[in-house]
Amino acid sequence: MHLCLAGARVIDPATGTDKCTNVYIKGTRIVRVGRAPQGFTPDQTICLEGQILAPGFIELGAHLREPGFEYKATIASECRAAASSGFTSVCCTPDTMPVIDNASVVEHIKQRAHTARAARVLYLGALTHGLQGDVLAEMRALKDSGCVAVTNADCAIRDTAVLRHALAYAASCGLTVFLHPIDYWLNRDGKMHEGAVSTRLGIPGIPEAEEIIAVNRDLTLVEETGVRAHFCRLSSARAISLIKRARRAGLPVTADVALSNLLFIDRDVGSFDPNYHLRPPLREARDRRHLRAAIKKRDVDAICGNHEPHDADAKAMPFSLSAPGISSLDTFVPALLSLVEQGAFDLNTAIAAVSQAPNDILGLSGGALTCDSPADICVFDPSQKWTVSKDTLDSAGKNTPFLNQTMRGKVTLTVIGGRIVHNTND
Amino acid sequence: MNQLDEQERLKHFLTIEGLSRALLTEVLDTAERFSPVGERAVKNVPLLRGKTVVNLFFEPSTRTRTTFELAAKRLSADIINLNIAASATTKGESLTDTLRTLEAMQCDMFVVRHQNSGAAAFIAKKVAPHISVINAGDGRYQHPTQAMLDMFTIRRVKQNFNDLIVAIVGDITHSRVARSEIQALSTLGVAEIRVVGPKTLIPDKIEALGAQVFNDIETGIAGADVVIMLRLQQERMNSPLLPSAQEYFQSYGLTEQRLKLADKNAIVMHPGPINRGIEIDSAVADGPQSVILNQVVHGIAVRMAVMSLVIGAHAAGTN
Repeated sequence: MHLCLAGARVIDPATGTDKCTNVYIKGTRIVRVGRAPQGFTPDQTICLEGQILAPGFIELGAHLREPGFEYKATIASECRAAASSGFTSVCCTPDTMPVIDNASVVEHIKQRAHTARAARVLYLGALTHGLQGDVLAEMRALKDSGCVAVTNADCAIRDTAVLRHALAYAASCGLTVFLHPIDYWLNRDGKMHEGAVSTRLGIPGIPEAEEIIAVNRDLTLVEETGVRAHFCRLSSARAISLIKRARRAGLPVTADVALSNLLFIDRDVGSFDPNYHLRPPLREARDRRHLRAAIKKRDVDAICGNHEPHDADAKAMPFSLSAPGISSLDTFVPALLSLVEQGAFDLNTAIAAVSQAPNDILGLSGGALTCDSPADICVFDPSQKWTVSKDTLDSAGKNTPFLNQTMRGKVTLTVIGGRIVHNTND
Repeated sequence: MNQLDEQERLKHFLTIEGLSRALLTEVLDTAERFSPVGERAVKNVPLLRGKTVVNLFFEPSTRTRTTFELAAKRLSADIINLNIAASATTKGESLTDTLRTLEAMQCDMFVVRHQNSGAAAFIAKKVAPHISVINAGDGRYQHPTQAMLDMFTIRRVKQNFNDLIVAIVGDITHSRVARSEIQALSTLGVAEIRVVGPKTLIPDKIEALGAQVFNDIETGIAGADVVIMLRLQQERMNSPLLPSAQEYFQSYGLTEQRLKLADKNAIVMHPGPINRGIEIDSAVADGPQSVILNQVVHGIAVRMAVMSLVIGAHAAGTN
């Protein structure tokens, strides 16, 4: 298949491209950005004037819920939602049931993802058996079966000795570790950020110290074990400055923040709205300001959707009893664009943080629109308005604070490995 | 939190947060009118005749549940007590399903106690529009009728709130009573609200609610007109929060000697049940400055007032 994507504003942070031009695809690869290669006759030309074309987005942490929680979502439903939201690859978290701690679960998900024929699934294996934090997972086997990294997700490892051994073992397997900096004991009872809002609402708080202690602990162990580490979902200003300092000192760690933590703060919990019950918790205005600045200055590499689809019952509860998380894929592009519009950072930075940066963190070969790179592409219309409703959300999870709001920005075309998986253009 | 109807009258009674001074005063004035009912030979009025009130308690309670029951009976309502902790939810029924079932029984009012903050508001949002919800304590968030009966008690003795210094002593972190009281005192115009306790029992940034923090009781109650002692829950003693009940009493227990530091006309309050010798000395609890038993009596009148106000709002709306 020869494909010509014509006339869009092409933004590729990897090559510094930002101009209106054409992208030519042959088979599974990009063959040219700009003028048509000699003798190229497209089988299909899609006119994309007024729209933005970028490298396909890569989600660093999506809870696909299958196997085990199919009543919340399935690999098929979420891979389709990812594809229609501009994501060409999604990293699935290992907190399924059974946990992704052995090769057979990976094989099962692979088959499911294959039949879904939508976004590509990348596997995050478990760091410890059953994510229990006691026994190391079979990391070598997980790596051999195709896991791109290992993580204990947000199941905090209580025993620092186990964590230290797990990181050392992952290092000897040559695996990247995704670290969610959580201190089990300070996090255990908390349901939201500890501060004026949690005090007013009488909701048990998670102090900022929780994240700071965990980041310090993890940085120390990363330095000692030499493991390649990525810090997931940082939420506080002080955590950012710790990562900055470590990087300045030469520690090659990367980091991401969840889009929700760039958008919202603890005050948004308002009167116990369970849609703002998140992990990590929404912190204060000052934290949000620092998180945004860190993306702008590239002190933090990536923005993550932290997609957590839930069934309706999981949120139909008093705040503390409700399940944490936002179903974020469908609204990702308009929410990201709203941050650009507010001046948090520019569009090129935003795109880099969801394509090039996650690609580099995972050590993949895409994330750019260069000749011979995989044809993973996302096109969105930045001005198209749409109303978020249960019907317009492709994800099986309808748990989003944007429900019934009108948003601006919609993905119209997603190409994965040269194949059109989503297209609403004529 | 939506607890008012279009005419800005109480539809539910979920929280003190956001209620106006006029509305709080209306509750107190209404309670004042109900107060003599309990002293009569025939202790009821027909205001809520034909109405069904359900005491929906997800957490055990004796005194609050009993006073609500008595208040409903004095208003001639039918009342059902449901102890959900030992009922349907332990069989796996969801909260929403429990509510649907009760609604189907044609109830008019739910009096709710729940262990989770925000639960009463959640229930108010879920129930059919003709049902009123009264919060009888949700998690650490609010216990608004307790706060109002305390305000009633203070007003009875002190007449007005303006120049008062009120000290709340004890476990502020886990106390829904303290949160409701701070907001009620602040709305009613109290000059100075203090919270007194060790740092382990004072929540972060409580100052934002309008309270000053004191970590020692001597300065905390100095010159106070009202001293409200909070109950120290059993599970907080010998915990990471406090070394022992004895040490707590030594540091924060209200003794006759310490009470002398307060204003000479100071009153001592306690939402009950009292831990004698832990947060309060018996000599103080039973002493001349204690109004603890008055609080219990006032509780019935205040709950009658709240019940009639929320139902009255509906009666007006449907006529």
